[in-house]
Formats: sequence, C-alpha cells, structure tokens
Amino acid sequence: MTTSAPSPARPGPTTTASGPPTSGTHHLDTNVVELACRSCGATQEVAPTHVCMQCLGPLEVVYDTERIAVRVSRERIAAGPHSLWRYGDLLPVLSADDRTRVDLATGFTPLRPAPRLAAHLGLDELWLKDDTRNPTGSFKDRVVTVALSAARAFGLETIACASTGNLANAVAAHAAATGMDSYVFIPHDLESGKVVGSAIYGGNVVAVDGNYDAVNRLAAEVADSHGWGFVNVNLRPFYAEGSTTIGYELIEQLGWRYPDHVVAPLASGAMFTRIDAAFDRARTYGLVHGDTPRMSGAQATGCSPIATAFEADGARVRPQKPDTIARSLAIGDPADGDEAVAVARRTGGTIGHVSDAEVVDGIRLLAATEGLFAETAGGVTVANLVRFAEAGLLERGERTVAIISGAGLKTIEAVADGAHPTHRVGPSLDAFEAALAG
Amino acid sequence: MPTVRIPTPLRNLSGGERTVTVPGSDLRAVVAGLEEAHPGFADRLLDEDGELRRFVNVFVRDEDVRFQEGLDTELAEDDTVSIVPAVAGG
Repeated sequence: MTTSAPSPARPGPTTTASGPPTSGTHHLDTNVVELACRSCGATQEVAPTHVCMQCLGPLEVVYDTERIAVRVSRERIAAGPHSLWRYGDLLPVLSADDRTRVDLATGFTPLRPAPRLAAHLGLDELWLKDDTRNPTGSFKDRVVTVALSAARAFGLETIACASTGNLANAVAAHAAATGMDSYVFIPHDLESGKVVGSAIYGGNVVAVDGNYDAVNRLAAEVADSHGWGFVNVNLRPFYAEGSTTIGYELIEQLGWRYPDHVVAPLASGAMFTRIDAAFDRARTYGLVHGDTPRMSGAQATGCSPIATAFEADGARVRPQKPDTIARSLAIGDPADGDEAVAVARRTGGTIGHVSDAEVVDGIRLLAATEGLFAETAGGVTVANLVRFAEAGLLERGERTVAIISGAGLKTIEAVADGAHPTHRVGPSLDAFEAALAG
Repeated sequence: MPTVRIPTPLRNLSGGERTVTVPGSDLRAVVAGLEEAHPGFADRLLDEDGELRRFVNVFVRDEDVRFQEGLDTELAEDDTVSIVPAVAGG
C-alpha cells in the first residue's frame, strides 16, 4: 500500500481534519458533522451504520460545509496527489491520521476525446471517462478507497461486501494491500474473470446460491450480526461518497467547466446520483459556474427497474428479477433507484434500456471506434447512447461524457463468440500472402 | 409459530431480542401479533395506508414478499420472516 500524503512543502488536500474529535468513536477527527436520513431527516452520530433508527431509511453524510469552504480551492486540488485524494477536502475524512487513508492510486482516470464514436452518434464533442484504468479495472476502486479509509478510522479489522463482481475485486485487492481480513459475497455464477479477480488476493470469497439481491440480503443480515465493515451496507454512507470524485474529475479535466450531458450506467443508482451531487457541490464551493449537466442513465432490458420507473411517470421503482449478461448492473432492487429517477427528471436527462444483443454490439462499437475494451456495463452505456441518438435525445453541440466504468477483460464471455483470429496460417510468407489474397 | 428476525434498528422494540416468535397464518397477522406483543412495530413497518414502508424489505422463505403476496403472503408454522432495511448494496 502507498499513502497519498503530500509532501509538507505543498498543500495537503486530504489532511482536512483538525479540532476536537467527535464523541464516541475512535477519536474521529472529521469533516463530517453527523449522518442524516435522506427520508425523514433524523440525524445520528458518525458511526459505521447506514440505517435510520426512526424509519429505516438511508443515512447520508452531512459535511461541515463551512470548514470545507474555507479550505477547498482549484489550486489546492491541482496541487494534490494524482489520485482521487486530490479531492480529499470534499470527501468524508474521518481521521487526521494519514495512516487510515487508503490509496492504491485510484481515480483521476483519463478523460479522453472520442471523435470516431462521436461521429457515429452524430455528436460534435464526446468524451470517455475511462474508469477501466483504476487498480482493479473499475470505478468500484473509488468507493472502496473511501469506505476502507472510513473503516480504518473506525478501527474495523474485517472488511466485506455484497457484489456483482467489480466491487468484490476492489474490496479483495484493497483488503490485501492494507492487511485487513476480507469476506466478499458474490452470486455463485459470476463471470470467471470476476471470481478469479477476487480470489487471487487471498481473502475469503463466499459464493452464494442466489442472485445479487439474495446476496445483498444475506450481507445485510451478516453485517447486522458480525460487526464487520460491509462497504456497501453499514459503511454505505461513506462508500457512496467515493463516486462523487467522478463528477469532480470531469469538472477539473474539462478545464473547470461542466459537461452538458453525462451518460452513466445504472445499477443501484448510487454512482449516478453522487456524480450529480458532486456537480452541485462544486458550484456551491465556487469551483465551477453555470448550469449542472443533464444526467442520463443506462440499463439493460433484462434488469431495468429504474428505466421502467422513469418511463412510468410518477411511479416508484419496483424490484425485478434480473436476467441479463450485464451482470455488473444486475441489481433488481436498486437502493438509489428512486433518487436516480428524480435526478434524471430534474436535470432533463433520460433513462433507457437495451437488449443483451445491443450490449454486445455496444462493447464492439466502443472497441472498434475508440480502442477501449469495456465490460458489459460499458456496452450498456454505449448501446444506450446509440438508442438516445436514434431517438433524437442527444444534442449535436452538447459536450457529452460517457462513463466507462469497467474493463472488458473481466467479462470476456460476453463477447468471446465474435472475437476470434481473422486468419489461420502456416509460418511462411507464402502462406500469409495466400491467406491475405483470400 | 413463525419466527421473525429483527434487525438492529428495531431491537429496541423487541427488548433486544434478535428473533421473536409470533402467531399468524400470513404476514399481516404476524405484523399485528408483533404490535400486540411489542407495541411500536406496526408504526415502524407500515405506512399510513397500512402497506409496508418504502425502506422495509421483508423476506419469507428467503423470498422478497413483493414477489409473493405482500402482506397477504401465507406463513407456515416453521417459516422464518426476515425484516431487512431496504437500502444496501450497489
């Protein structure tokens, strides 16, 4: 493990904490005031918990906004580490002790122009946020970085998660690098790349006979009985904040400007809603000006509870039983689904869904036009972009960003059928020339 | 009698018990039985329309009752009812 602690000579964006610790928990020194229920507003002290004691609603972090406002600036961010900790002032920091901070160089991933895919879609300006470039190949390294840092501040020694695969990879890797015990819970029938990509780190991998929603339920019950730090259960208020860094990075990488339209994959909806939250907060802290972007979401038809609710005006998200190759998005009961619908509506975005065949086509289109091999979630995002273009939902002049959240080698099963050698030849020039002449 | 697993946020109502047994042939009757034995449960589990609250998931025989008959989901004597806060995962 490396730490992101900046040298004393330059500002330390992540060393935000000073002043007295909050009560009750391991001398926390924090820019988080309390946890508040998104549903009823009741507050609780900062602790590894995600459930409102009043209504069982979701708890979210409440930041010390005054403390953040006097510290954060474009200059401090630009002088920070080349990881998501350059936005440390804006993340839930629970300890002044740098040793609690986990940093495997996650985040600050490339934002690169995609002119060939843009032309295919009829756009003048398209950017790819390439989160395949994180340590374990997906954006989940972001949320795990923040959740494990919180876990270490809380003094937790065992870390765990319920996962569709990418999160399991990230938790297992980060646990290994920090010397923590880990238990990752996954559906028993995940893609082999995601199973191997979890087990290789040496922690415990629990394959559950059931789909992700069954895994998730089991995790919630284990979290309640074992006192472990489940990153997406009892550490969820902190975990979810990790995805805000995608939003902050987009703004900084576009020269402290907003994009006009962001298209992101939707599973639980947590990444989508936190990107939107980051756009709003960045303006609050004077880092950017103007109108926040349209936010559009992408699902696969075989697991489309959020898209279905978006289409049915005013409806709440109803759970579905997932059946799609886009396993990383196969959450039938999405925790932030209603919130994601609200964000898309408020910002003038849309939420679509595509067939599994279109997901495969989307992976191939992205690879063939931009040289980027994405896992199935990336195929879902690109395929939905194609659908949006066909439906007239993209504006040619909009500065559009597609979030590519995971690497293609994790899910080669999805595209292996159509990806074979184009020629088979003997080891001679004559044989090659003959094959070329076809 | 069906066994009900109580999550931490609701154990202040069950006197700290992790599980309680409650008579009832369907989920609605069990919720009523919980309320009778431990007043306060109905308010925490049901909304003003008498339906399960938005952030409460209930599993009977390891299956979400929203895929079964909701509050009318039938219960056998040896069934387990799990009450699980809805917001997790992702």
